[in-house]
Amino acid sequence: MPDVTEEHPNLESVSLDAPQFEVAAKNVKRTEYVTFGAFILGFIGFAAFGAAYTQNAPTYMLGLTIGLGLFFFGFGLVSWGKYLMPQGPFSEPRPLMETTEQERELLKADFTSRGKVAIKRRSFLVKAMAAAGGVFGIVAAFPLIRSLGPLPKNSLMTTKWRKGSYLTTIYGDKVRPSDLEVGGIVTVFPEDDLGSAISQTILLRVKESGPIVTMPGRENWAPDGFVAYSKVCTHAGCPVGLYEHLEQLLVCPCHQSMFNVKDGAMPVFGPAPRPLPQLPIYIDSDGYFRARAGYDEPIGPGFWTRGGTA
Amino acid sequence: MIDAIYNWIDNRLALSKSGRHLLNKIFPDHWSFMIGEIALYSFIVLLISGVFLTLYFVPSEAMTIYHGAYKPLDGMRVSQAYASTINISFGVRGGLFMRQLHHWAANIFVGSIVVHMLRVFFTGAFRRPREANWMIGATLLILAIFNGFLGYSIPDDLVSGTGIRIAFSILESIPFVGTNLAFFLFGGNYPGTDIIPRFFILHVLILPLVILGLLAAHLGMLVKHKHTQFKGRGARNDNVVGSPLWPNYAAKAGGFFFLTTGVTAILAALVQINPIWQYGPYVPYKVSYAVQPDWYMGWLDGALRVMPSWEIHLPGHMIPNVFFPGILLPGVTFTLIYLWPFIESKFITHDYAEHHLLDKPRDNPMRTAIGAAVFAFYFVLFGASSTDVLANYLQVSLNVVLWAFRIACIVVPIVVFPVAYKICLELQHLPEAGKRKRHMIIVRDEEGAYHSVDSEEYPGYVTPELAPVQIEEVDLSPEISALNATATPKDTGVYKIPRD
Repeated sequence: MPDVTEEHPNLESVSLDAPQFEVAAKNVKRTEYVTFGAFILGFIGFAAFGAAYTQNAPTYMLGLTIGLGLFFFGFGLVSWGKYLMPQGPFSEPRPLMETTEQERELLKADFTSRGKVAIKRRSFLVKAMAAAGGVFGIVAAFPLIRSLGPLPKNSLMTTKWRKGSYLTTIYGDKVRPSDLEVGGIVTVFPEDDLGSAISQTILLRVKESGPIVTMPGRENWAPDGFVAYSKVCTHAGCPVGLYEHLEQLLVCPCHQSMFNVKDGAMPVFGPAPRPLPQLPIYIDSDGYFRARAGYDEPIGPGFWTRGGTA
Repeated sequence: MIDAIYNWIDNRLALSKSGRHLLNKIFPDHWSFMIGEIALYSFIVLLISGVFLTLYFVPSEAMTIYHGAYKPLDGMRVSQAYASTINISFGVRGGLFMRQLHHWAANIFVGSIVVHMLRVFFTGAFRRPREANWMIGATLLILAIFNGFLGYSIPDDLVSGTGIRIAFSILESIPFVGTNLAFFLFGGNYPGTDIIPRFFILHVLILPLVILGLLAAHLGMLVKHKHTQFKGRGARNDNVVGSPLWPNYAAKAGGFFFLTTGVTAILAALVQINPIWQYGPYVPYKVSYAVQPDWYMGWLDGALRVMPSWEIHLPGHMIPNVFFPGILLPGVTFTLIYLWPFIESKFITHDYAEHHLLDKPRDNPMRTAIGAAVFAFYFVLFGASSTDVLANYLQVSLNVVLWAFRIACIVVPIVVFPVAYKICLELQHLPEAGKRKRHMIIVRDEEGAYHSVDSEEYPGYVTPELAPVQIEEVDLSPEISALNATATPKDTGVYKIPRD
């Protein structure tokens, strides 16, 4: 039985075909046949890939032929290396990484003594060089960073919704109350910002008629059974695209936040921390939906400079 | 002729000496050392298939009308990035195979890095002198995840576009720099028109170069330190026992490259992945149901879902909800991973010595239990990324599923820790644990009597007998007398001698 003091030969001192190194295969002949067969199958696979490619065969044929070819080719190599080549184990020495005090001292001495010769009493040169190099390090980063994009300024705070904006579908049609049945929803944009990721708003018909008061102070924001909310989730910004008509919940399909439509889109479930902003709307004398004003708070997920109000 | 060329080169670069050293390099034999190889090989597959894809992919958000082989999309207004990816899938011969090969290889790449890391962790292979290499490995994992996400994003389809939107939200949530950072990366407010070209150049040039460089450093250190090895078969701290690079490992590792590639190719042939023509092009106001990222983003997606709806409001500023699962969690995770070698030696093992022999997981129950509990936590988060799918599948309310995961990500690690710890202790007392049982062979002797004998030992499964080791004599009498002097008379028994 081998123990931890067992020594193995080092390959620099012994030949691989020395008689004490046996191969791992129990039945060498059979292993040779299997390995040979694997290479032949690899050959067939590669050749079949060539044929499949020239015939413009479907993806699964292309992949299967080359995949099986590669697999059998690899199988043959592994079986050759593992079972038909003389097995050690062999051993080689491993120098430890630890250095001696003396080695480190020598390096340090070289570095500092020559460094002192270079600097002598000219430490003002070191300071001047450090100052110049430091400034270079800072200014070099300017174009790499600052050129990438504009500063955010106020752009995250507002949308294109203005007083009097028409609620417009993606096709440019102004929306009228008769366009939606009860339980229906439509995504609307201001007429000058169609398809916008920021201004996207969801208009819902919650009931047949009569105003919806989602919160005190929003008495005239949702006329005639219609209500409009920002479609950008206050959690991570996905479009809040699902509407559970029976429970009157808007659902975000990304992380399953749910917003109660009748309660000012208050989040009732999931990770969303704030209600969806509500767009105050009215029906003008021509019977079109229009915005009473823009959103009174930033839409979408929170951001560092958003400000503290909930 | 070949000799002459070789001589010419060798006389100018002197390769023979180090070359001979390399041929004789010893690789220890253990299956778990092949996991890192899978990562390396899938990276090679990624490079090759990726070069093919860049020849046809157009990294642009400019709109175009699609006319091509895929008829259901004919006449649609889509971005050039999306149209060219559809074209690779249907218009380029072998293109769909290459796309699926690239995507599968990416999933396998990240997966094998994670499993390789777990192997290194649980066997203590990160200990001195390999701390730096452990940190390089952790960096490679981060880069692999990032680059996977970038590659997943650039086809500009509906599912990945939603992922980019979430990425913007996570970026702008970072305190102090977040808003600016998001604008600089996207070239303005979301969605902008710069993100696909920028992601593209990061994905195909910058990150692969960094990965390649770190990979070289990772392998260079491996050659310098030489492989770790398990105890037994004469393995010591100052040697390496195994088979040489030439010819044994050249055949085995080379063959393993083809095996890995072959399996990846078969997956790419038979298992569809990322069928973006079914998702449709990205449109900012549209969204798909049951959207999930690639598997390696699952723990982050799950964390976004289970996070309670908290935000911190400060005067003039806020720390948004997504900051905690999207930035803080991965930040803490990778900081802990980076620091683990130092945390362990300082607080758990107090062991600062050089180690080239591996632990079995049971040898260090504290490390194994902590690792298992932490991994269980991330595994629960990973599961939480499919709350909606699970609720659908199990026909229970989303509410129940979400709360189950919220509770599980606290309870499961608390349960896993003591269980893993106890299993380690139990295994330590079973010297044969984890070894193959030897057959009992019944033989009949000449007199007709039956005997049972054990079959031969399996190679590599021997129990090493402990050899006597010379122990350095230490004179403790001054320390003991010092302790005795300070002890009160009723203190009896064993003293702990303080060590520095």
